[in-house]
Amino acid sequence: MSTPTTLFDKIWDAHVVKRAEGHPDALFIDRHFIHEVTSPQAFDGLRKRGISVFNIGRTTATADHNVPTKDQHLPIKEALSRHQVETLRKNCADFGIELYDLGHPFQGIVHIIGPELGLTQPGMTIVCGDSHTSTHGAFGNIAFGIGTSEVEQVLATQCILQYKPKRMRISINGKLGKGVTSKDIILYIISKISASGATGYFVEYAGDTIESLSMEARMTICNMSIEMGARGGLIAPDETTFNYIRGRRFAPQGEAFDKAVETWRTLKTDEGATFDRELNINAEDIEPMITYGTNPGMGIGISHQVPNLSDIPESELASYTKSLAYMGLEPGMDLVGKPVDYVFIGSCTNARIEDLRQVAEFVKGKQKADGVEVWIVPGSVQVANQAKAEGLDKVFAAAGFELRDPGCSACLGMNEDKIPAGKYCVSTSNRNFEGRQGPQSRTFLASPLTAAVAAVTGKVQDVREFV
Amino acid sequence: MSKETFTKLTATAAPLPIENIDTDQIIPARFLKATTREGFGDNLFRDWRYNADDTPKADFVLNNLTYADARILVAGKNFGMGSSREHAAWAIHDYGFKVVISSFFADIFKNNALNNFVLPAQVSDAFLAEIFKAIDADPHTLITVDLANQTITLANGLSESFDINTYKKTCLMNGYDDIDYLLSLKEDIKQFDLAHA
Repeated sequence: MSTPTTLFDKIWDAHVVKRAEGHPDALFIDRHFIHEVTSPQAFDGLRKRGISVFNIGRTTATADHNVPTKDQHLPIKEALSRHQVETLRKNCADFGIELYDLGHPFQGIVHIIGPELGLTQPGMTIVCGDSHTSTHGAFGNIAFGIGTSEVEQVLATQCILQYKPKRMRISINGKLGKGVTSKDIILYIISKISASGATGYFVEYAGDTIESLSMEARMTICNMSIEMGARGGLIAPDETTFNYIRGRRFAPQGEAFDKAVETWRTLKTDEGATFDRELNINAEDIEPMITYGTNPGMGIGISHQVPNLSDIPESELASYTKSLAYMGLEPGMDLVGKPVDYVFIGSCTNARIEDLRQVAEFVKGKQKADGVEVWIVPGSVQVANQAKAEGLDKVFAAAGFELRDPGCSACLGMNEDKIPAGKYCVSTSNRNFEGRQGPQSRTFLASPLTAAVAAVTGKVQDVREFV
Repeated sequence: MSKETFTKLTATAAPLPIENIDTDQIIPARFLKATTREGFGDNLFRDWRYNADDTPKADFVLNNLTYADARILVAGKNFGMGSSREHAAWAIHDYGFKVVISSFFADIFKNNALNNFVLPAQVSDAFLAEIFKAIDADPHTLITVDLANQTITLANGLSESFDINTYKKTCLMNGYDDIDYLLSLKEDIKQFDLAHA
């Protein structure tokens, strides 16, 4: 019998084109996604070298990071943003790459459209010039973010040079409590192991809690793997995975699908396979989470207080104090009851239809609090259309929430969707870095449910008292 | 393809003793709209370096003329976390830094830096503290980063070695890039692609 192997190793090893002494592995990439911000310099590189794209069928493009979320049908007003999107158009046309441009029914955040179109499948290697490419790992594949030089490598050769990372398994078992969502699971994990705790590792999420989650909830978890430093995170595919993929546009169809599922069923970590690090988490320990600081590791269960200075190691005190000063918070304080100015429901972490449904279910018949601005930015045109088909748009409109056009929006504030200086935003996105949502903006990362309750009450709340 | 190389550097260093510096601080998203690799240095650490009205913040290290000639950036643990934006490495390179020293680097940033001939040199927490101390005592102190021998040496004689994989070391010292190597595997890749269609 062969040595027990992890799912990660199985997929990685099956994609090594060349393993040469003194070189990183040349890893074949099945699926490559590109967007307007991190691809132009890569295409320039191809032009300078005078080479074409290796296999145009393996790259898919969309415009998401830098697009307006209001009046998307009109030309982009801001000149630099417009130029960047036009450059993507030209590059895709020149090199023959499929582009889901603004106005296309498949346009959306790159990590939302890949899965919803069935481009994302188990067993694949997937890269994109965006760190949240880890999202796709929810389908049992190796997916990770890359820099622009690496985008150029993939365009030129369909390969990337990489050293194999170490393996970590995070097992979560038990039943989730009331009001606790997959977003809370991942914020909890990051708060336990820190924003750099998984650097150098690729994570497999396992356990019965994970198995009980929908694909969309699994994507939220894999999405934030990078926030603890991991290049990616993956979940072994199962019936939930196959049912999600079945019938999607670019998924195998009919007999080919059944055949694919047969192969996909073999994609699991063997009994007895070893990981470089193992972490076990009890789902019952997880509360609704919220971040208080300026990296995603700075999170607490909602019934806890912002850590006191005495809880912080000496070497981290300066960074900690700087972070709290930025956030305008005090050590030891409760966040429950803290007034907020903005609520952002969106991003590749939480802008799928289930997220919008969960928000709508809670806000139905309620009104947003005075003085709070609420933006709901769907992850894709398909999500937006689905929301409208289900009447969620009417629920949001009645509550005073603004349902916008798809894009990355206030997750990174590249377009005009910025949180003003000094204002507090409860955000379903993935990063609370200084200035992430706009210069001097202050971000509380949380689940869509916590965001919905904040929108209605105007404060950070323990959602368990509201659902 | 690339003509740039890195072998050895003796230079002064700019200290940034802050942990978990993310790529949004190195270059905020609103400055990622350019479609070329040049010019990002002007916005390196933009929001720490400039006020909202674009006037320089006097207390930020890059606005201190003492460090105007620094070619080495010394930063706290876990440098370059967050976004995969290579613009962070471009900004550091464009500003004129050739080396970043820290006691821990985020993975994607490390790759991006190496692909742009910026050397991310990882040292122990203790040695990092020694470097900050040396700069504090004399802001003009010279630090020598020797890639061939994989050592960092301070003016006071203290020295520590750093790790780098042999492949990337060769690339940096000879000006190779990854595409040069991958293109040499093109026939293997074609066959692999066909077999996995």
